[in-house]
Amino acid sequence: MSSPHVLTPGSSVSRIMLTVLAALLPAIAAYVYFFGPAILISLTLASITALAAEAAVLRLRDFPVKYFLFDGSALLTAWLLALSIPPLAPWWLIVVGTAFAIVVAKHLYGGLGNNLFNPAMAGFAVLMISFPSFMTHWPTPLTLAQHTVGLGDALQVYFSGGLPGARLDAVTMATPLDTLKTQLSLQHTMDEVKRMPIFGTFGGKGTETVATMYLLGGLFLLRKRIITWHTPVSFLVALIAISAFFNSVDASRYATPLFHLFTGGALLGAFFIATDYVTAPVTPRGKLIFGAGVGVLEYLIRVFGGYPDGIAFSVLIMNAAVPLIDAYTQPRVYGHNTGATP
Amino acid sequence: MKTLHKFHGGVHPPEHKAESNGLPIAAAPLPRRLVVPLRQHIGAPARAVVKVGDRVLKGQMIGAADGFISAAVHAPTSGIVSAVDLHAVPHPSALPDLCITIEADGEERWIEHQPLDYLAAGRDAVRARLRDFGVVGLGGAVFPTSVKLDPCALKIGTLVLNGAECEPWITSDDRLMRERAAEIVEGIKIMTHLVQPEQVLIGIENNKPEAVAAMRTACRDTGFQVMAVPTQYPGGGEKQLIQVLTGKEVPSGGRPANIGVLCANTGTAYTVHRAVNHGEPVISRVVTVTGNVEKPQNFEVLIGTPIGEVVQLAGGAKTGTSHYILGGPMMGFDLNNLATPLAKAVNCVIAASPALFPPKPAAVPCIRCGQCAQVCPCSLQPMELFWFSQSRNFDKARGYNLFDCIECGCCSYVCPSHIPLVSYYRFAKSEIAAQEREKRAAEQAKARFEFKQLREEREKAEKAARFAEKAAAAKATAGAEGEDPAAAAKKAAIQAAVERAKAKKAEAAAQAAGQCDVTPMAAVETPAESLSPCPLPPTGEGDLEPLRDGSLNPTESP
Repeated sequence: MSSPHVLTPGSSVSRIMLTVLAALLPAIAAYVYFFGPAILISLTLASITALAAEAAVLRLRDFPVKYFLFDGSALLTAWLLALSIPPLAPWWLIVVGTAFAIVVAKHLYGGLGNNLFNPAMAGFAVLMISFPSFMTHWPTPLTLAQHTVGLGDALQVYFSGGLPGARLDAVTMATPLDTLKTQLSLQHTMDEVKRMPIFGTFGGKGTETVATMYLLGGLFLLRKRIITWHTPVSFLVALIAISAFFNSVDASRYATPLFHLFTGGALLGAFFIATDYVTAPVTPRGKLIFGAGVGVLEYLIRVFGGYPDGIAFSVLIMNAAVPLIDAYTQPRVYGHNTGATP
Repeated sequence: MKTLHKFHGGVHPPEHKAESNGLPIAAAPLPRRLVVPLRQHIGAPARAVVKVGDRVLKGQMIGAADGFISAAVHAPTSGIVSAVDLHAVPHPSALPDLCITIEADGEERWIEHQPLDYLAAGRDAVRARLRDFGVVGLGGAVFPTSVKLDPCALKIGTLVLNGAECEPWITSDDRLMRERAAEIVEGIKIMTHLVQPEQVLIGIENNKPEAVAAMRTACRDTGFQVMAVPTQYPGGGEKQLIQVLTGKEVPSGGRPANIGVLCANTGTAYTVHRAVNHGEPVISRVVTVTGNVEKPQNFEVLIGTPIGEVVQLAGGAKTGTSHYILGGPMMGFDLNNLATPLAKAVNCVIAASPALFPPKPAAVPCIRCGQCAQVCPCSLQPMELFWFSQSRNFDKARGYNLFDCIECGCCSYVCPSHIPLVSYYRFAKSEIAAQEREKRAAEQAKARFEFKQLREEREKAEKAARFAEKAAAAKATAGAEGEDPAAAAKKAAIQAAVERAKAKKAEAAAQAAGQCDVTPMAAVETPAESLSPCPLPPTGEGDLEPLRDGSLNPTESP
C-alpha cells in the first residue's frame, strides 16, 4: 500500500450525492405544500427509472452493479430532472426523460465522471423539444385551484391521462415566467401583469417559496463544502446584472432582478445544476466564467427566446465549453511565473 | 515580528502527536548486530572502505563519500565487519542495497574525537567535515548537507530552519527541539558561518508550543527568529515553509538558493553541531516509535539497528498490528521486513492496525469534484494529472506540471472517489524518466554510430591518401619531378575534415561537463535508481548528470 496511508474519514462519492439529495428536501417539502403531492409521484417514477436504467447499463458494461448503483449519482440526476419538469404529466414523460438522461447523456458518454453534458438537463431538453405541450402545464398553486388534486387524483393523471370530474386545465396553468412573457407580448404592462393572482410577493405564488428553499439548500451545500461559492455567485450576479440593466432601460417590459431570481429554475440552477462536478469547470476562474455564462444565457433565453425558461439550454451550451474554459483558466502553479529563475 | 504568509490548500489530518511527545528521548540499548546501508543519502552511495573481518571503532568511517553529491557512513559501534553485501534497506522500492554488517563487540570503543574550530578552519574544511562525518538532511530527503551549504555563487539572504514536523504521529523533531535546543542553535551558528545569511528563520508548527518556547530561549541573543507557523499539512514541506516564512516561491525546477533561501531541518542542525564541535559522525538519530505499540516514545537509536528491535523499544507491537509504516502516514511507506535496518532518513516507525489505519475502500471514477485542486499546496490540478497519467498521456501530464508535484498526498487524502492519486503520479514520473533514459540511450547510440561512420570514412580516406602518396612516391622514384597537385588537395581536405570532427567532439564534451549547479536526482519518495542516468555516455559527463525535467528538487520531505 502506498502513501498516503490515511484518507479523510467518511468522505465518499455517495456521501456527497446523498448530501445534495438531502439539500433538496426542504424544496420538495415546500413543493408538496404549495402544489400538492403530485411531485412525489414524479420523483418516485424518476428514481425507479434511473436506478433501473443505471443497473441495466452497468450490467451491459460489465461493471459491478451493486457497487455503483447506490452511489447516489443516478438518483440525483433523477431528482433534478423530476424537479425541473411539470408534475401531473403522463407517466411516460418522466420515464423517457430519465432513461435518456441515464442511458444516453450519462453512460453513452462514458458513465460517472465522463459525461460532457449535464444528464438531467439533457433529459429535460429532449422532453422540451419532443413533447413541448406537456412541458408547459404546471400545477396551479393549491390556494388558487378550484379543484384540489390529492394523491389519488394525481395517480389518475399520471396513469390514465385524465382527471375524473375536472379538466386537466383546471388544475394546471403556465408558469409565472411563461405568463409574464405571454401577457407582455399581448401589450399588457408589467404592473397589470403582476397583479394577476399567479404572482406572489416577488416571484410566482408558491414557486417563490420553493426557490427560497433551493437557496437554503444551496447555502447548506456551501457550508458543507460540497460546492464552492464561485458558480452560484457568478451565476446570480450575472443574472441580477443583466436583468437590472434591462429593467432600468424599460421597467414596464422587463421584470426586476428579484423576480428573475425567484422564478423558474434560477436558484435550482445556480446551486444544484450549474454546480454539477462532472459537467462544470474545476478551476475557480473557470467556475466564475461558467456561472456567469449560464446566468446571462438563462436570461436571454427566458426573456428573448422561445422557451419559458432557459436553465437547461444555457447549462447545456456552457457544458460544451467546459473543456475549453478549464484549459484556459489553469491557476498559476507554485514556482511558475514568479520572476525568479532556476 | 515578521508577518506570516499562506500556502495554497493543505489539509489537517488528526495529529496523533500526544501519543509519543510526552516522554523524553530515551537511549536505545546496543543491538548485537548493525547493518549500515551505504546509500543513506541522495546522490552516489558511499564506497565501502572496510572489508569482512576488519575490526572497526565506533564512529570510524566505513564508507567514504564517493563523488560530489555523496556522504560518508560510519560504524555505529565498535566491532567486527561480518558482511559487505546486499541487505534489505528502508526504501519504498523494497529492493536490497549494499550494506556493511557489523557484529558489535559490546565495548563501544570510540574513535578519537577531533572537534573542528569552524571559525578558524576554512569554509571548505567545514564542508569537508560535514561530508566525511555523514551529515545529511534529516527531514526526509537526506540531501548531503555539505552540498546544500555550498550555494556556489548564489547569495543567501535567508536561512530557514525547518522544525515544522507537519506529518501526523511524528514527534522526533519536537522532542529534539525541546531537549536539545541549545545544541541545535550551535549547529545553526555553524550553518550561518558557511552561508552568511542576512536572517535566520526557524519555522515550527504552532501545535508544538514547548518546542517553540525552548527554541526561543536558546535563540536569545542570536538574532535567530523562531516563528510559530499554522498547523496545516504540508506546512513542513520545504517549498511551503519557505512560502509561509518569506512569501517567496521556489522557482519550478529550481532550488531555494535561486531565491536566496536555504532550508535545513532542525535535526540536521543538531548533527552539524555534533560533527563539527564534538567530532561525532552521524551514527544515531531520534526516531518516533508510535501507533499500535505498548508505550509510544522517541528513542535515540543507532543507525543500522533492525527496525524490529526499534519497535521492541516501545514495548513491542500490540495485538492487531497489521503492518508497519516508516515515516508519517501521509508520505511514509510500508515496511516489508522487520530486519530492515534504521537509516538516517527514518524519523518514525508506526505500528499500523486496521483500527488506526482503516483499509482504503475501492476506488470509483473521478467525478471532478475538484477537492484535490483545492488542497494541492502547489496549485496543481490533480484530477487532470490523474486523467493523463492513467491514460498514459505523459506529454499532457507534463504539460500540467506533473514534475511540480511534491507527492505530499493531500489530493489522495481528500479524494471522495478514493483514487490513489499519488501512485498514479509516481507511475507517470517513473515512466517519463524511463522514456528519457531510452531517448538518451538512442541519442547516444546514434552519436556512436555517426562517429563510427565518420571514423570509417576517415580511415578510408587516409588509406586512399597513403595509397596516393605511395603511388606518387613511386612515380617520383620513377623519375617524374614535382608533387601531384590533386593528391595534395585531397590530403588537405581530409585533414580539415578530421579537424572538424575533433572540434565537434570537444565542444560536446565541454557542454556536457561544466555545470556547477547540481540538481539532485530524486526526493526520498522516488527510487534514486529510477531517475539516475544510464551508463556513462561517451562524451564523458559527470557521474551525476542532472536530469533537467525528470529530477525532483532536494525537497525536505514534509
